[in-house]
Amino acid sequence: MQPALEQDLAAGKNRLLEVRNISHRYQTGAGEKGPAVLDNISLDLKGNEIAGLLGRSGCGKSSLLRIVSGLIEPSAGEVRYLGQPVRGPVEGIAMVFQSFALFPWLTVLANVELGLRAKQIAKEEARKRALKAIDLIGLDGFESAFPKELSGGMRQRVGFARALVVHPNILVMDEPFSALDVLTAETLRTDLLDLWVEGRMPIKSILMVTHNIEEAVLMCDRIIVLGSNPGKIAAEIPVKLQHPRNRLDPEFRQLVDKIYELMTKRLEPAAAGRATAFPGLGLAMALPRVSTNTIAGMIEEIAAEPYSGRADLPAIADSLNMEIDELFPVAETLQLLRFAEIEEGDIKLTAAGKRFADADVDVRKKLFGDHLLAYLPLAARIKLVLDERPTHAARAARFLEELEDYMSEDYADRTLKSVVNWGRYGELFAYDETSETFSLENPQ
Amino acid sequence: MLSCFLYMNWRGNTAAVYPLTFALSAPSPGPQPHESFETEPMLSRFVAFTSLGRTALPNQYDLLAFLLIIASFVAIVEAARGLGLPLAAPEATAVSLDYGDLPYYALRTVLRMFAAMVAALIFTFTYATLAAKSRRAGILLIPLLDVLQSVPILGFLSFTVTFFLGLFPGSILGAECAAVFAIFTSQAWNMAFSFYQSLRGVPRDLNEVARSFGLSGWQRFWQLETPFAMPGLIWNMMMSMSGGWFFVVASEAISVGDTTIKLPGIGSYLALAIEEKRIDAVFAAIVAMLAVIIAYDQLLFRPLAASGARFRVELTAGQKAEKSLVAELFARTRWLRALVRIPANLFQTIALWRMELPLPPRPRKTKPRRLPLLSRAADLVWFLILALGAAWAASSIAGYIRQELSWSDLGESVLYTVFTMLRVLLLMALASLVWVPAGVWIGLRPAIAEKVQPLAQFLAAFPANVLFPIAAFLVIEFSLNPDIWLSFLIIFGTQWYILFNVIAGASAFPNDLKEASASFRIHGIDWWRKVILPGIFPYFVTGALTASGGSWNAAIVAEYVKWGNDTIAAHGIGAYIAKATVGGDYPRIVLGVAVMSLFVIVFNRCLWRPLYSVAEKRLRLD
Repeated sequence: MQPALEQDLAAGKNRLLEVRNISHRYQTGAGEKGPAVLDNISLDLKGNEIAGLLGRSGCGKSSLLRIVSGLIEPSAGEVRYLGQPVRGPVEGIAMVFQSFALFPWLTVLANVELGLRAKQIAKEEARKRALKAIDLIGLDGFESAFPKELSGGMRQRVGFARALVVHPNILVMDEPFSALDVLTAETLRTDLLDLWVEGRMPIKSILMVTHNIEEAVLMCDRIIVLGSNPGKIAAEIPVKLQHPRNRLDPEFRQLVDKIYELMTKRLEPAAAGRATAFPGLGLAMALPRVSTNTIAGMIEEIAAEPYSGRADLPAIADSLNMEIDELFPVAETLQLLRFAEIEEGDIKLTAAGKRFADADVDVRKKLFGDHLLAYLPLAARIKLVLDERPTHAARAARFLEELEDYMSEDYADRTLKSVVNWGRYGELFAYDETSETFSLENPQ
Repeated sequence: MLSCFLYMNWRGNTAAVYPLTFALSAPSPGPQPHESFETEPMLSRFVAFTSLGRTALPNQYDLLAFLLIIASFVAIVEAARGLGLPLAAPEATAVSLDYGDLPYYALRTVLRMFAAMVAALIFTFTYATLAAKSRRAGILLIPLLDVLQSVPILGFLSFTVTFFLGLFPGSILGAECAAVFAIFTSQAWNMAFSFYQSLRGVPRDLNEVARSFGLSGWQRFWQLETPFAMPGLIWNMMMSMSGGWFFVVASEAISVGDTTIKLPGIGSYLALAIEEKRIDAVFAAIVAMLAVIIAYDQLLFRPLAASGARFRVELTAGQKAEKSLVAELFARTRWLRALVRIPANLFQTIALWRMELPLPPRPRKTKPRRLPLLSRAADLVWFLILALGAAWAASSIAGYIRQELSWSDLGESVLYTVFTMLRVLLLMALASLVWVPAGVWIGLRPAIAEKVQPLAQFLAAFPANVLFPIAAFLVIEFSLNPDIWLSFLIIFGTQWYILFNVIAGASAFPNDLKEASASFRIHGIDWWRKVILPGIFPYFVTGALTASGGSWNAAIVAEYVKWGNDTIAAHGIGAYIAKATVGGDYPRIVLGVAVMSLFVIVFNRCLWRPLYSVAEKRLRLD
């Protein structure tokens, strides 16, 4: 690296990366500014550290990463790289993608070379550097293979080589291991950490996004926990453990538990009113896609031995083998519908929840329907409109439009689909997919 | 037959509409070409001394490929020889019925087809790119494309012949251009649509890679967008080819008013055979056409399809790979591969030029991007220009037609179009009644389907108008009613699309659903209505949509056929346009083409689009 930069960084004159008061909003269906995804985020990236952005899906961590690397423009705030404001893709920042994002028509070598060749670096020089990166990342012998011939792990290695070959100061990684199977992911993490610890990668720092708590603790020197809706920094946790870290080390476990608690804390009902974990209030609540089978299954699981109505969330996540991305939405839905309460990292069935667990199908459906009407404003609204109309029918588009005033098109769509599914299960209304109409009649 | 009325997502039913798959190169595992390569580096490591000479020498495959290439050069030169001749020169347009001349005529026909394809490619790369990159241009260009693909192709020919003849006075080149242009119009639209869709559908993550590595617009176009669009483009080129033979035959011998053009080719050979009532020559033309289609497929498109497979974005191996004997031959050559590397490398270099305009980099504003008010005002101005342009076009068309025609002509043309529409509808229904059960029966029996499918696909590519004179001959011989019997010609070439799509659908029908319906003992009417018809519906719609588009186009030739000096015409807009063309009656050509295009657009919007979206949404099995 340039000695001047080293000195500057050491003297604290120029930060590698400064993120200042970043806020970001969705575009709603109407093309206007929608609800906030990121709210007033500020953070710094120092030299020689791995920083992790930890959060659930939808907390805006991927958006933040793209803002940092100049791929998207924030609604407000500023990113500075080496003291210069970031306006468009920055040369010193290279990205590794969750989906690998390799060009399928290029060989491994050509994929790695592309970034260099695009910058008009001479062919021989590009070849030399590409081969070096390929060698470094353990892809020797695969130079002339096409991506479709490679396994997922090998493909992501190409992704790493492609990012490293341009000698970036910052490597940003968007959930780089989450599309891989457990074993492959672990191998890749270890290899990457080895290279990092030995200082063999031509980079200064890594900024990574993950929703896997253990991965964050294993790799990062600093974990920035993002809260959802909108995404804001909930906590910053330094990790002082020495590499290589051992997952079974009590200190490691303790840290994992601590972060777990921190993240589930958000699920607990706020003191004032009954604000939920979902963004928005009333009609504007964005709902997750959770199937009624999963809801029923979760209630049964908590009701049964050994939990008998009260379960530790980390424990139940472990026993059901669910990641937080899957577990939290279910828990939140249970809480929203008053089938369960969440307190101190525990989930506890309410009286209604227990009744649901013991009941047969018809009673369950009735109970579920009643709770939908009572606690889910959108469901109540649809039902009301249907009741009031002489035809007892209403087009989905009218509700969708209402939702899009508050949230992005995708979220509105997902929310309505969830309500359709839940409403069908609770037998509140019928929905015809072809004509996209709600009605009170059941099909003949 | 014609892909011209149709744009479809090629991924939807690739298997179903793949135009030509011959049994010739069907699943024959054969020796793997790359096996020999893998051993070569090993060998050369051990046999260091001789290996130098060994690898440098051409191998026997080089020789074979060399012969093929030189032969095609000779063919091109030979075929192009006649191009520059003056129109008046006797050998320029004289066609003889000598069988020995047929190969030469076939060459000329193929060259025409090739020229049209090149033109269509150039059009695709410019038009579709402009439409995809500029929002304002897209507003105009995409609906325009939609209309263009509804205009009957032979209608273009009627207009453009005189224009092109005027462009190259006295030379046959003008007539050649007119024919090439007609073929071009049968090929370009769906290719442009496919390319446009691909450009708009580049995966987000690949786009982000390109941006984050700082690829310039030019680099992105060649490194990302064009490769991404390749599979769709190649598939649509094949569809276009398959449809193009029809128009190549139709456009070689045509007379507009006093201008009569006969370009040496299979089409004009056929026309002469018809004039002289030589049934043997008609059959010779049919055989030549067969040979040409097979050669074209084997030598050009099979290799293209095989090389196009690598551009697929799905990152899974194990899909059935396209096979091509020629591609395998090429893969085994040594010199030839080395030779091809030169232009390939050159192209790569050009593709890596940054091609940035010598402007200072645009400063990115931190404030909200350009004032929405200003942008909207610009939009408004643009729309105003478009609206004025449309109004001017409409008034000049109306003015032109009004000079010679009255309202009764409009009524007449509409009435005739209704006749033709009824014909198309009835025959589509009839063909469906025949071919759906047949296709299901065949498709459910893999052993038979394997043999019938290539045949059906071949029949779809075969220009049916080559067979029309035989029909005309029969109609005259037995004094049949042309209004009824000529109708069959409309569907003659296009019905195969229904057949082979239904076969593909029935073959792809999931086995577990077959077993489920068997175990619940669903038989008879119920089985047809609840099981197999919904199962093949998306395939059927694809086939019927293609067939319907082709039938409208075929009407111009099919409702008006000749045998010697006898002309038989049915009542319909096709015959109306054909008659006007022969008489050089331009206002009637314009009117007929306009009314027919309008009907086709409405027909597509009201019938096929809804059906297609139902098929897409509800009846997809994958």
